Amino acid sequence: MTINEVRPYGDRLNDGAVQLSFSLPVPLSARSREAAKLIATRMGLANIRLVHAQDMGNSFSFYILYGTTAISVDVQAIHVPEVETPLLDFWEINELIERELKKKVVVVAATIGTDAHTVGLDAIISAKGFGGESGLERYPQFKVYNLGAQVPPEVVIDSCKKNKAEVVLVSQVVTQRNSHLLNLSYLSELLEAEKLRERLILICGGPYINAQVALETGFDAGFGPGTTPLQVASYIVQELLRRKSKK
Amino acid sequence: MKLNISHDQVNTCRQIAEEIALDIQKDITPLSTISVERAILRLLGIEGEEDKIPYVNILVEHLREQKSLEEGALYWIANACLQTGLALQEVAQKVVSGSLNLVHLPRSSFSEIKNKAEGLVTDSLTRLFKKNQVRKAFKQSFPPSPSPLLYVIVASGNIYDDIAQAKAAAEQGADCVAVIRSTAQSLLDYVPEGITTEGFGGTFATQANYGLMRQGLDEVALKVSRYIYQVNYCSGLCMAEIAALAILEGLDIMVNDALYGILFRDLNMYRTMVDQHFSRYLLGLFDIIITTGEDNLIKTVDAFKEYSIVLVSQFINEQLAKQAGMREDLISLGHAAELDPGIPDSFFWELVQAQLVRQIFPRSPVKFMPPTRYKTGNLFFAHVLDTLFNLLAVWTDQRIALLGMPTEALHTPYIQDRFLSLESALHLRNAASSLKQELRFRRDGKADQRAQELLVRTRETLNRVGEIGIWNALSKGVFSQIKREKRGGKGYNGVFKKGHYYLNPFLDDMVVARARRRAR
Repeated sequence: MTINEVRPYGDRLNDGAVQLSFSLPVPLSARSREAAKLIATRMGLANIRLVHAQDMGNSFSFYILYGTTAISVDVQAIHVPEVETPLLDFWEINELIERELKKKVVVVAATIGTDAHTVGLDAIISAKGFGGESGLERYPQFKVYNLGAQVPPEVVIDSCKKNKAEVVLVSQVVTQRNSHLLNLSYLSELLEAEKLRERLILICGGPYINAQVALETGFDAGFGPGTTPLQVASYIVQELLRRKSKK
Repeated sequence: MKLNISHDQVNTCRQIAEEIALDIQKDITPLSTISVERAILRLLGIEGEEDKIPYVNILVEHLREQKSLEEGALYWIANACLQTGLALQEVAQKVVSGSLNLVHLPRSSFSEIKNKAEGLVTDSLTRLFKKNQVRKAFKQSFPPSPSPLLYVIVASGNIYDDIAQAKAAAEQGADCVAVIRSTAQSLLDYVPEGITTEGFGGTFATQANYGLMRQGLDEVALKVSRYIYQVNYCSGLCMAEIAALAILEGLDIMVNDALYGILFRDLNMYRTMVDQHFSRYLLGLFDIIITTGEDNLIKTVDAFKEYSIVLVSQFINEQLAKQAGMREDLISLGHAAELDPGIPDSFFWELVQAQLVRQIFPRSPVKFMPPTRYKTGNLFFAHVLDTLFNLLAVWTDQRIALLGMPTEALHTPYIQDRFLSLESALHLRNAASSLKQELRFRRDGKADQRAQELLVRTRETLNRVGEIGIWNALSKGVFSQIKREKRGGKGYNGVFKKGHYYLNPFLDDMVVARARRRAR
C-alpha cells in the first residue's frame, strides 16, 4: 500500500499526533499555562494536552504539549533537489581519475569567514575521515589543500590560483544572522569576478546546508549532515567526467 | 574508588613535564609581546578608544612604529609622567591626539624611571588587591559551593539576553556561567570596547560586558543564596590583556590553555607561550582559576587510541601554570568524555579515564567536558549521553562539570535546553553522590590495566617532547597530528626581544608584596 496523503503518526495511522515543547518569557501561572495551549491552538493543533509545565526562574517557564494536526501532505508530489550521483567505491574513484582524467584532482578546502568549526571539514577531508570511511586526503588521486578554519574568501581564491584547483570545498556551521549564506554567496561572487567560477566545482557542506542552499548561493552542490567522504568523492569524480564529456 | 597506578610513574611524568616547562620558560623569558604590553597599560588603568581602536593599542603601535618597544611600554609611559608631570590617562590622551610623542621627550635617568614605574604598578596593584578583597568577602558571605560545580554556557550575542539567560540558569541550579565569545574573537589583536548586542555564535568579551554580567550574577547570587562564578575565555591573541580585564571586573574562572591557540587557532607558538605566561601570572595573583582545553585534543582523532595526549597536555599545562606562579588549586585541568558511545564498554572506559585524571591531579579543580562529537540532531539521545556524563562527573568526583546540551549539534542552546541539562545534573548530584566512596574497581582488572597503559603511553610521549623540545614537538604533529611552524601562525610579528632597559614591575615579587601590604 502506498500512502500519498500522510499525517504525523503517533500510534494510529493518520492520527496526526504531534509533540511540542517551548519556553515562554513569563513566570509560570494559570494564565501562562493557558497561553501555552493557546499558542498550540493558534498553530493549528487540536486535542491539545499540556502534559508538563515548569517555572525556570527569572521570569521564564517551560511547556510540553501534545496535540493533533489535521494537515496532511502528498509525499509523492514533493520535488526536492538532491545531489543524485551513484555512490562509487574508493578504488573505483581512484581508478576513474587515473584512467579518464589522467591527473590528480586538486581540491582546496576551508571553513570561510568567521566560522571556526572544522568538524565537518575534517570529517570529509582529514585522513581519519568519518563513518568508517577515509577522508579525501587518503585518496591517492586527490591532492588536497586544507586551509583550515576562519579563512578569508580571498585566501581561498589565492590558493585556487596557486594550486590550479578544480574543486573548492567549503564548510559552514555557524548560521547566526544567516552568516553561512552571506559567506557562501560572497565567495561564489568573488570567484565569478575573478573569472575562476567556470573551471571550478564549488561544493558546500554543513548541518544546515542542502542542495537548495547551494543553488541559492551559486554553488554546484551542497551536502548536509551525515554526508560521508565517499559521497563527496563520488560526486566530484562524476561531475568532472560529465564536464569533460561536454567539452 | 582508586585505580591502582604507580606513583613513581606519575612522578616521572611530572618531572619530565617540569623540564619541558623550564625549557619553554628559558626561551620565553627574554621575550615580550604587544599584547603583554597592552595588558600592562590596561592594569595601570588606561582606558578609552579612538575610531574603534583602543588607546592601549594606539600607545603600543606608537612605540612600535618608532622601533622603541623593546624597553616596554611602561618605560616610556613612566618617563612621560616624570617629564610632563601629567597623570597616566592624560599622557595616553595626548599621545592618541598626536600632541605628545613618547620617544621625543627628554629622558629621566633609568633609576628614576624604574622608581616611577614601580610606583605606578604598586598603586595599580594596591587598588586591584583591595577590589579583590571585596570580591572574596562577597564570595565568602555565601555557603560553600556544591560539587561538582555545574557550568553552563550562554552565547546569544547580546549581553542583555546573556544576562537574562544566565540569571535563569542560576535560578535553575547553575554554579558557573560562561559567556562564549563571538566566533573568531581569539584572532583579533585587540579587545573591543563597550557594551555589545551583536555577535556571531557568541558575545564579545569586552570590559563593559564583563562588568554588566558580573553585576547580573551578583544580583542573582543574592536571590538564590549561592555564589555564581563568572567564566570567560583568555585564549587567543589577547591572552594577557583579557586576563587583565578579568581582574579589573572580578571574574572567577578563565579558560586559559597554553597549547590551544597554537594547535586550534594557528597562533604563533612563541606569541602564545609568552602571552599565556603573563596571563596566568596575573590570574594567579588574584586567585582566579584557569581551566585548560584538553577536550579539543580528542575531538578530531580516535579518542580511545589517542587518549593519552590529554594527560600529556595536562602535565605540560600544569607545569607551565606553576612556572607562572599559580597554585595547584587554581589550575583546573580539562578533559572530556568524547569516546565513540558505540564502542563496547564506552561508558566504562570513560569512567576509568575520568577517574585517572582525578587521581593524577588530586588538587586540581579539574573540569570535565561533555560529549559533543557523536551528538546529532537527535536531542533525545543526546540527553541520554549527557545524563550518563553527569553520572560520570559525580561518580569520579570532578570539581567542575561543564554540562552538555541536548541540542549540542544544532544551535546555541535554547533556554529550555540549559534547563533540561541542569535538571539532569542536579538529579545525579543528588542521586549518586555516594558511589565514589562505596564502589571500587576490581584490583588489577580491566580498569587498572587501561590506566597503567595510558600512563606508560603518556610517559613515552612526554619523553619524546622532552627530547625534541616543545617547539619541535609542535612542528612535528605530536599533538593530535596538528603541525605548526615555529615562525608561522598568527601574531608572530607581535613578539619582541626585551631591551636592556625593559621594565615590567608586575613581575617583581617585592613590588607585589608591597602592594599586598598596602591593600590590607
